[in-house]
Amino acid sequence: MLTKRIIPCLDIKDGRTVKGTNFVNLRDAGDPVDLGALYAAQGADELVFLDITATNEKRKTLSELVNRISHHINIPFTVGGGISSIEDVSVLLQNGADKISVNTAAFKRPELINELAREFGSQCVVLAIDTRKEEDGEWYVYLNGGRVKTETKCFDWAKRGVELGAGEILLTSMNHDGTKQGFALDITSKLATALSVPVIASGGGGTMQHFVDVFEKGKADAALAASIFHFKEISIPELKGYLQERKINVRL
Amino acid sequence: MLYALERIGMEATVTDDHEKIMSSDKVIFPGVGEASSAMKYLKEFGLDSVIKNLQQPVLGICLGMQLMCKYSEENDTDCLGIFDADVKKFDLASRQLKVPQIGWNQLSGFSKPLFAGINEKPYCYFVHSYYAELCKETAAVTEYGIEFSSALQKNNFYGVQFHPEKSATVGEQILKNFISL
Repeated sequence: MLTKRIIPCLDIKDGRTVKGTNFVNLRDAGDPVDLGALYAAQGADELVFLDITATNEKRKTLSELVNRISHHINIPFTVGGGISSIEDVSVLLQNGADKISVNTAAFKRPELINELAREFGSQCVVLAIDTRKEEDGEWYVYLNGGRVKTETKCFDWAKRGVELGAGEILLTSMNHDGTKQGFALDITSKLATALSVPVIASGGGGTMQHFVDVFEKGKADAALAASIFHFKEISIPELKGYLQERKINVRL
Repeated sequence: MLYALERIGMEATVTDDHEKIMSSDKVIFPGVGEASSAMKYLKEFGLDSVIKNLQQPVLGICLGMQLMCKYSEENDTDCLGIFDADVKKFDLASRQLKVPQIGWNQLSGFSKPLFAGINEKPYCYFVHSYYAELCKETAAVTEYGIEFSSALQKNNFYGVQFHPEKSATVGEQILKNFISL
C-alpha cells in the first residue's frame, strides 16, 4: 500500500539553512546537506528545500547547493523559491533535483506550469499555493510569500493548476502556519478529495496528533513541517511510530 | 542516477555510443518521459537492437523497464519486447486512488539476486501512471489498486518500476546487488 509521506522543509538563505518564523529572526542552522542527510537517515520520505535568498547571485549558489544535495541524499527532494522559467528549472534538474515547486510566477503566468509539464513531465512540477481564509469564509490565494492578496479562490487555482499539468499541490495555510495549532483540515480535505493529484499539507503541525488528523480528516497524501523538526520538538522516527500505532500507513 | 552510483562508489558514463554500451560491464537504462517518443529516439539511433542484444546485465528503471516490455498503452507504443508483459495505464478513479502513483510503496514476492540482503516487504519510491502487468517474468509485486510487476527479470535483463536511486538504503542495496551480478 502506498504510504503517507512526512516531508521536512528546509529554508535556505545564501546556501545555509535558516530557522525562524515568518521570515524574521532568522538564524543560521547549519549546512542544509548535513541536516537533509540526517532527516533522510531518520526516515523522512522526501525533502523540500525552499530558497529565500533575494540576491542576483542566488541561482548559482542554489544550483551548487542542489548539486551537493544530490551527491549526498538518497531520497527524493524538491527545490522551490523564485522559480520562473524553463531555464531555472532545467539547471536545477540537471543538478539532481527531482521536482521543483512554482508559486507566484505560475500564478502570474499560468502557462508556465504547462510549459514545465511538457518539457520535464508533470511528475516534477509541484504547484505551491499559499492561502488564507478570509472573513467571508473563503480561502484566497496569496502571492510573494504571503504578502500580496489575490481575489482568486484557492480551490479554483489548484484545479486550474492540475489541468495545466501540475503533478502535486503543496498547500500552505497562512492562518495555521507557525501556530502549531494543527493543519487546515477543511481546505486540505477539499483539495485532496477533489483533485486527481497528491496534496501535501503544510502549516500548523505542532503535535503528532495533528499529523494523524491531517491524514485522516484532511485526507492529505503528505504532510510538510519545518520548525518542529529543526527544533527537535518531534523526531521523525517518533512521529512515524505514532502514526503507525494509529493505523496510518507509513514507511518505517 | 549518476550521483546515486557515485554514492555507492561506482563510476558510470552517460552515452548513446553503440560500442561503448556493448563493451560496458553493466548497462543501466533509466528513463523518465513518454514511451512513444522514447522508442522513436531509440530506433532513430539504432539503440533498440543494441539493447535487445546485450549479453551483460542490463537494468531498466521506470520508463526504461516499461520500454523493455512488449507493448505500452502510452500512445499505443510497440516496445522492445524483452519481457513478455504489456504496460497499461492505471485506471483507478473508481477506487479513489490518484494517478500517477507518487510515493513509497511495498514490494513483495521478490526473489534473488537483485533483492539479496533486502528485508521482507521493503519500501521503494515510485512515480508512474503506467504499470507492467504480472507475468511469468515478474520478479517483485506491488499493489496499487491492483497488483503489478514492480520488478521483472529474464536472463541478463532486469527491470524495476521504482527508483532505486531515490529509495534510500533499500535502493542502494539493489543497485549494489546489480553491480555485483
